[in-house]
Amino acid sequence: MYRIRFHGRGGQGIKVTSRILGSALFMNGYEIQDAPRYGAERRGAPIFAYVRASKNSIFERGIVRNPDLIVVADESLIPLPAAAVIQGADEHTVLLLNTRIDAQTWKERLNFPGTVLSFDAYICFEEQQDERFTGTACVGAASRLLGLFDKSILKEAINEELQEMKSEIIEKNITIALKAYDLMEPYEHCVNSSKKTDALNYVKPHWVELPFENARTSAPVIHATLTSENVPTGLWRTLHPIIHYEHCHRCWWNCSTFCPDSAINVNEESFPVIDYDHCKGCLICSTICPSHAIEVISESEARKRMEKKEEE
Amino acid sequence: MKRKLLTGNGAAAWGARLAKADYIPAFPITPQTEIIETLAKWIDTDEMEGRLVTLESEHSMITAAGTAASTGVRVFTATSSQGLLYAMEMLYTVAGWRAPLVLVNVSRGLSAPITLEADHNDVMAARDSGFLQIHCSTCQEVLDGVIMAYRISEDQKIRLPIIVNLDGFYLSFTREPVELPDKEAVDAFLPPFDAGNIKLRANMPESQAVVVLGGSPYSYFRYEMHLAEMNGLNIYESVAGEFKKHFGREYASVESYRTDDAEYLFVMMGSFATKAKEAVDRLRDAGWTIGLLRPRLFRPFPAPTFQKLCRGKKAVAVIDQNLSMGKGGILHGELASALYGHNEMPTILASFIGGLGGRDISTEEFFEMANVIKRSFEEGSTPPPRLLYTDEELREIRKLQTIANVERNSLKGEQ
Repeated sequence: MYRIRFHGRGGQGIKVTSRILGSALFMNGYEIQDAPRYGAERRGAPIFAYVRASKNSIFERGIVRNPDLIVVADESLIPLPAAAVIQGADEHTVLLLNTRIDAQTWKERLNFPGTVLSFDAYICFEEQQDERFTGTACVGAASRLLGLFDKSILKEAINEELQEMKSEIIEKNITIALKAYDLMEPYEHCVNSSKKTDALNYVKPHWVELPFENARTSAPVIHATLTSENVPTGLWRTLHPIIHYEHCHRCWWNCSTFCPDSAINVNEESFPVIDYDHCKGCLICSTICPSHAIEVISESEARKRMEKKEEE
Repeated sequence: MKRKLLTGNGAAAWGARLAKADYIPAFPITPQTEIIETLAKWIDTDEMEGRLVTLESEHSMITAAGTAASTGVRVFTATSSQGLLYAMEMLYTVAGWRAPLVLVNVSRGLSAPITLEADHNDVMAARDSGFLQIHCSTCQEVLDGVIMAYRISEDQKIRLPIIVNLDGFYLSFTREPVELPDKEAVDAFLPPFDAGNIKLRANMPESQAVVVLGGSPYSYFRYEMHLAEMNGLNIYESVAGEFKKHFGREYASVESYRTDDAEYLFVMMGSFATKAKEAVDRLRDAGWTIGLLRPRLFRPFPAPTFQKLCRGKKAVAVIDQNLSMGKGGILHGELASALYGHNEMPTILASFIGGLGGRDISTEEFFEMANVIKRSFEEGSTPPPRLLYTDEELREIRKLQTIANVERNSLKGEQ
């Protein structure tokens, strides 16, 4: 059995990514199981998805604990403990990172027990960087690492999973996925399936007796206000709204009222101001702004502009 | 017939479509929403006939479902967790109306604290309502279960509503290969709803169900419901037999996996039971004689089948993905009452609580449970109930509690 885990952020197409791989393996005669896992269903929130594939019926369920292949679409997830990107990896695990930093550096930084491969998904993009296609590049690369099916099946699987999208979007996805597939040629077949768990030699679970504790300790209650302000949910953002004040008519009740995170404040001159520490990039403001004064750029583009500004 | 990748939610929607549900009262809730979204889309694009109406709550949704079923149309509806609890008053009521319909419940742990992930306390709360219950462990079973459920629910010897249960995330959002039966094959298995004397009409207002005082008529009506539900034991088996003839897939009321020569048994329900199968295979590789029993039918409770399948076994580990506060695992208690006093029953019936709020159960934990019941059998004493919970997990909780305390104190300081 093969066990593959994809990590990314909401908006990078991670769920579709796992489905494309699932479909391709299914078309190639494998029994499969694919599923996404997420908490907050918001753009930019960490999400992961997994695929199991076997020639026999699959009885395992739920989160893949010992992955054969881990694919990380967004390197900013690595330091987040909650994302648990490298959890369960061992010597046989292959870690594929979408990054511009070389594999050896990552292997040392993470003290990763298995093989690390680094690839730059953006090389596969013809035009500007677009986060939405990151997952597609990752599934192209992952397919080659598995080496279980050829390009025509990958193409068919993308067509199947994206059938409700416009044909030019499908074509773009196919081009990107196939480019990534070609790029990974030197590493074809580098993923090996892990061994079955042995019922004679296994690590015993360290079960504990859960002690009684007073309700003062054990009730799931926090009596405090504004705790969510301490969480910089702005890190979840993959797309970045920018207000162009020259077009803003100061009808601030639109964007600030509709912001589901109350992350648009209004200054003394009645201009809306985005709180980027807490804006998750849902882009409702941009959609509803009557004067189209809110532009959307990718977070990486926003960072670039910021750096440029600082240089100036 | 073709094989297709479907989520559990997609499979439930296909079940309703193939059963030609006429009326679908709906209210969205995670992780059920995909079911009604899928049906709404099909109805919108004319791929499916029928009427879908979004109600303002699950309470109204079940009222509408029961009322529509009382006019003689085929009704499908779906909910989850808090939604099922909110509808609970009407669950008991529409069952009392003897209104046949199919309700899919996508299991999710109950509040508080709130969660999105699966356990069975929601559906267990509907245990005594008069709804029959089928519990699924694969996406295929969800589709097949919905189609079978109509045959059972609409049977004149039963005429009660039925719940088809699937686990949130582990089935609802998980795609697996599912054989999609042909429309014609389903039509041949499931004829249109023969409503008999059911004929409430909106243009002929009349009262439905009655007030009874004094206890005697009440006892009559309630016990008749119980007898009707008990008929479900035989009718389930005959419907499952016919289903096998039509579609080739076998669904016994209690699934038994490698139990014939087994000395030890796992008993559990829902999607986690396939994990138990994986553990059974690995334990068998290591020389164990162990198997799995999974009640697919939970209401009515297939007690005679359990007595037969448990006869002569040494020890049983019952793994409950639910918790009755102040008692323990519900399935454990149900099984104990079904086996007690019968000949040659296992001497050890151990209770394990696991998988609450979607907490995973590892293969190693199944191995350990097997060892616990084997040891207990050899020592001749039943082990105390055990929550599957590790030292590592408790340490994580301690960390979170420390953070919460620091926060609490610092926030107090600010005030």
